[in-house]
Amino acid sequence: MRKFLLRRLLLMIPLLLGISFISFVIMQLAPGDPASLNIGMNSKIDPSYILKLRQSYGLDDPLMVQYWHWLKRICLLNFGNTFRDNRPVIAVIGERLPATLLLSGLSEVLLFLVAVPLGVMAAYYHNRWYDRFISIFSFVGFSMPSFWFALMLMLLFGVWLNLLPVSGMTSTEAEYLPWNDRILDLISHLILPLIVTTYGGLASISRYARTSMLEVIRQDYIRTARAKGLSETQVIFKHALRNALIPIVTLMGLSLPNLIGGSFIIETIFSWPGMGRLGFESVLSHDYPLLMGIGVITALLTLLGNLLADLAYAWLDPRIRYD
Amino acid sequence: MIKRFFSHHPLMFWGGVIITLLVLCALTAQWIAPYDPIRQNLTQNLLPPSIHHWMGTDQYGRDVLSRLIYGSRVSLSVGLVAVSIYILIGTTVGSVAGYYGGWVDGALMRLVDILLCIPTFFLILMVIAFVGPSIINIMVIIGVTSWTDVARLVRGEVLALKEREFIQAARVIGMKDSRIILRHLLPNALGPVLVVATLGIGGAILVESSLSFLGLGVQPPTPSWGNMLEEGKDHLTDAWWLITFPGMAIFLTVLGYNLLGEGLRDLLDPRLRGSGRQ
Repeated sequence: MRKFLLRRLLLMIPLLLGISFISFVIMQLAPGDPASLNIGMNSKIDPSYILKLRQSYGLDDPLMVQYWHWLKRICLLNFGNTFRDNRPVIAVIGERLPATLLLSGLSEVLLFLVAVPLGVMAAYYHNRWYDRFISIFSFVGFSMPSFWFALMLMLLFGVWLNLLPVSGMTSTEAEYLPWNDRILDLISHLILPLIVTTYGGLASISRYARTSMLEVIRQDYIRTARAKGLSETQVIFKHALRNALIPIVTLMGLSLPNLIGGSFIIETIFSWPGMGRLGFESVLSHDYPLLMGIGVITALLTLLGNLLADLAYAWLDPRIRYD
Repeated sequence: MIKRFFSHHPLMFWGGVIITLLVLCALTAQWIAPYDPIRQNLTQNLLPPSIHHWMGTDQYGRDVLSRLIYGSRVSLSVGLVAVSIYILIGTTVGSVAGYYGGWVDGALMRLVDILLCIPTFFLILMVIAFVGPSIINIMVIIGVTSWTDVARLVRGEVLALKEREFIQAARVIGMKDSRIILRHLLPNALGPVLVVATLGIGGAILVESSLSFLGLGVQPPTPSWGNMLEEGKDHLTDAWWLITFPGMAIFLTVLGYNLLGEGLRDLLDPRLRGSGRQ
């Protein structure tokens, strides 16, 4: 197991190099360089100052030299300073990352708790009305734009019923509340974004759970379990479900990039102070160091998710041996 | 005959109905739209749905229904062009990787692995921010960033096909590689690609509307369903119709393509029936 882990970690290095190079190249496509952006609208500026600024950013070096300098720094998680407020990129990301991890972590858990039972029930009642209903539901889920779903929820719960807050992570007066009210405040802000992020994966995960369960139910050992007179609950939950879950765990790990990708739009709609919204803001303000930092951190999280999925797979299924 | 088709392939039937209606809408927009989609009429702004304006009017007094009808042109054309681009790239990469194998395959598939680690939507956002938002840019950017799944699919199909006797026969009689790929391999891999393309049009429409919703897509005053939602979200409290109808249009269109795609999958490969998306 340790050897497998080590090899997997080593395999991540070329992937990370590739990712960093691609994000670096994309940044070079950008029109308007940071030096001219930094100076902004001031047209009376001395040209020699621009030259100096370009030199200090290293903008006149060849592409590969710039990449090499940048790579050396990001290995130490030093992404430089943001353009907008000149603070270290990693500190700005560090402030925003917990909110994103909270939202996506909770929604992975919720996704698992909701989608798996839905899919398993659909497989159990294969081709009956419940299964049909789940199929229709998953078509609807695949087709509904998540940002529109978010808007409709805001309209329903925020405006018409006036039950839940529609933006931010805390209320303005939250600082002055006792800790238990602060947690309630956070939860009330979490509900709508959580529903939207979870719903995004619901259709596909429940569909996969159904397929996987259908395959397992047809296996010989399930027939054996039934034949030896086990109760239906034992057959389903003890023998079938455990095996059906294995591919789902991998899938959840693989769905991480989608979750993070989706957070760009969902966090923006709900003004959730996470990395997705930060990413969107930095796209609008052409903040290259921040964008590169977010790209690399996102890719790192994705790779980590894939690794965890692989490990969970090996742990859950003793038939799989990596050596 | 229609009745029989309907009872055997209900998914394709309903998908087909939705898409046909939509294409008709887009083609005949200038005749069926009751009002000019762009002309403002500030005395008539934010009117709720009524007999004169079936879906109400927006903050500039423009008729929502007319804008919706014209918006279908944007969605359909972005979907079609973007998907054509990425099917072309994905098929080329996938068939070359699958057919030649070896280091070519290794290199191309590593590139795919790398691209899969970066969330596609983030990649699209970054590039759009740099090259500027316009319909053409959106089509091209969705096209050049979303081909990885197609490449993997085609590679798999080609790998399975290339060991078959008819391909070996073609090689034995000295046919050129490009001709083998184009004439013998790809036509046999067409089915799954067609399914992915149909589902992909729905996906591309979702991406376009998300981008327009964020203000990085189709720019006003050209109506697109996404930017209608973007303008409507500021009137969440006083004009529910501004966000309800455009969203419904996106939803129905994407649903139509998904139904059509799944129906096509059933039709082409009965073995997969009911097994969901792979």
